[in-house]
Amino acid sequence: MDISFENVAYTYQPKTPFEHRAIHDLSFQVSSGTFVAIVGHTGSGKSTLIQHLNGLLRPTQGQVTIGDYQLSSDKKLKEMKELRRRVGVVFQYPEHQLFEETVAKDIAFGPANFGVDQAEIKKRTYEVIQAVQIPEDLLERSPFDLSGGQMRRVAIAGVLAMEPEVLVLDEPTAGLDPRGQKDIMDMFYRLHQEKNLTTVLVTHSMEDALHYADHVIILDHGTKYMEGKPAEVFVKKEELNKVQLDLPEVIQFIFKVEEKFGFRLTYRGQELSELAQELKELIRGADNHE
Amino acid sequence: MNNAFIIGQYIPGESIIHRLDPRTKITIIFFFVIIVFFANSIASYGLLTVFSIGSALATRIKLSYIIKGLTPVWFLIIFTFILHLVVTREGDVLFELLSFPVYSGAVAQGSAISLRFFLLILVTSLLTLTTSPIEITDAIESLLHPLKRIKFPVHELALMMSISLRFIPTLMQETEKISKAQASRGVDFKTGPIKERLQAIVPLLVPLFVSAFKRAEELAMAMEARGYQGGEGRTKLRELKIKPIDIVTFGIFCLIIIGLYLTRT
Ligand SMILES: Nc1ncnc2c1ncn2[C@@H]1O[C@H](COP(=O)(O)OP(=O)(O)O)[C@@H](O)[C@H]1O
Ligand SMILES: [Mg+2]
Repeated sequence: MDISFENVAYTYQPKTPFEHRAIHDLSFQVSSGTFVAIVGHTGSGKSTLIQHLNGLLRPTQGQVTIGDYQLSSDKKLKEMKELRRRVGVVFQYPEHQLFEETVAKDIAFGPANFGVDQAEIKKRTYEVIQAVQIPEDLLERSPFDLSGGQMRRVAIAGVLAMEPEVLVLDEPTAGLDPRGQKDIMDMFYRLHQEKNLTTVLVTHSMEDALHYADHVIILDHGTKYMEGKPAEVFVKKEELNKVQLDLPEVIQFIFKVEEKFGFRLTYRGQELSELAQELKELIRGADNHE
Repeated sequence: MNNAFIIGQYIPGESIIHRLDPRTKITIIFFFVIIVFFANSIASYGLLTVFSIGSALATRIKLSYIIKGLTPVWFLIIFTFILHLVVTREGDVLFELLSFPVYSGAVAQGSAISLRFFLLILVTSLLTLTTSPIEITDAIESLLHPLKRIKFPVHELALMMSISLRFIPTLMQETEKISKAQASRGVDFKTGPIKERLQAIVPLLVPLFVSAFKRAEELAMAMEARGYQGGEGRTKLRELKIKPIDIVTFGIFCLIIIGLYLTRT
């Protein structure tokens, strides 16, 4: 589904001494099937933004459009449940939402709420536990007996089982070990491509944004600071540093190489090790010529 | 989260009332709660009303915000008033309301009780509005200190209070977070039949309890790791001190009590 924000503002607890404007004058467009990364310093409004995508928050000003659904301050959306089924949200630390007696029941909770029948739920359960790499024999265990990483995977499986068309991820890998982080991000990327999803990823990792996203939106103090293709956005060192963001490691490497050797490696989505290999060959090639 | 309801909320500020020693505030409120019941004339009620509204204004918190924040209490007050109109039968019949005779005594008594109720709620909510939970606990510990002689666990009680107060906002945030997560999984907390809405509480309560227990365990462990062992010989980070402003405030309050004594009939 296409996503569009038009001059959106959101204020928490308006008209009280605690009034807090979390986002303002925010406009952007994302077309269906895009993998968008939203980055920004803590408190820049990322989580507030994504809560508009499934109607948990309604803009206090402006308009949010997701597919055919429109959210604005003046009217309630009638098809809220439909929107929530089609837009799946994986919150930060989603393992905190587990509550059922067994892993299988917890995964079934979302789809059951949306009226999916038992046979179909069963089929989906096997699909999603494969995607998140949870062994089948854990299905009848209590989710509270699992390790932190496994709980995270079960919680994610619970959202995937709703078969959303838009997948919203709020720092889905926070607190996991590096290996687990990569597994989970690769899994989301595979699903994004296989199921033709529109994916919105909130992340602190510039590496992930560069590696997986087609489009990056940088937030600062509740509004859009920059947006564009990752490879174009993530080379603007000064601008990024101004909002306390760093360049991804790979790009830093390319700049360092340029500084040291006087030539620029071209970035085409390589990993750091691949770039190093390229550099090695280039240097060797240069040596051979002399 | 219900943002409008202000009882128990703390709004940081720099007003005179904020800077008063919390013990001053608690003591004055303690006596205020008693003297409210001694008012019996229009002048005496007027005096207490002026004192309460004056204190509310002195907090520099918008009066309209406080009044609006007491909305649920307003309903109770109005309900009390109406109840009095209907059941009290003293004085002369003033008029008939939906074929109920309304007596003059009922109007007087209803207004008096409602006003008392309002003043009590207003003044006590000023305490929590202007005093942080930690200050309140410190003050209670200090005020109850004499009870230590009879082996009353004052310090432990204060610690329990401050821990619970400290975790109220955390629990509120957690509740909001979990209810949003479950709403995203299709739970509807707001509409539908009562039975379904009650069932919707389970996915909210279970994670809340799990995290509360986990937090309690972690806190206990952290306290032990840092060598916490209770009240004996423990020094304080925040010392309470009576300042001139506290003495002036007590003076004003004494004048109010004298005034009340004079205006009673
Ligand atoms: N429920 C809330 N009530 C009041 N203020 C909030 C609430 N949630 C977030 N905020 C405030 O809104 C701002 C943006 O928060 P958030 O969207 O969570 O940022 P991010 O996810 O980028 O860290 C922050 O300043 C935060 O303190
Ligand atoms: Mg956030």
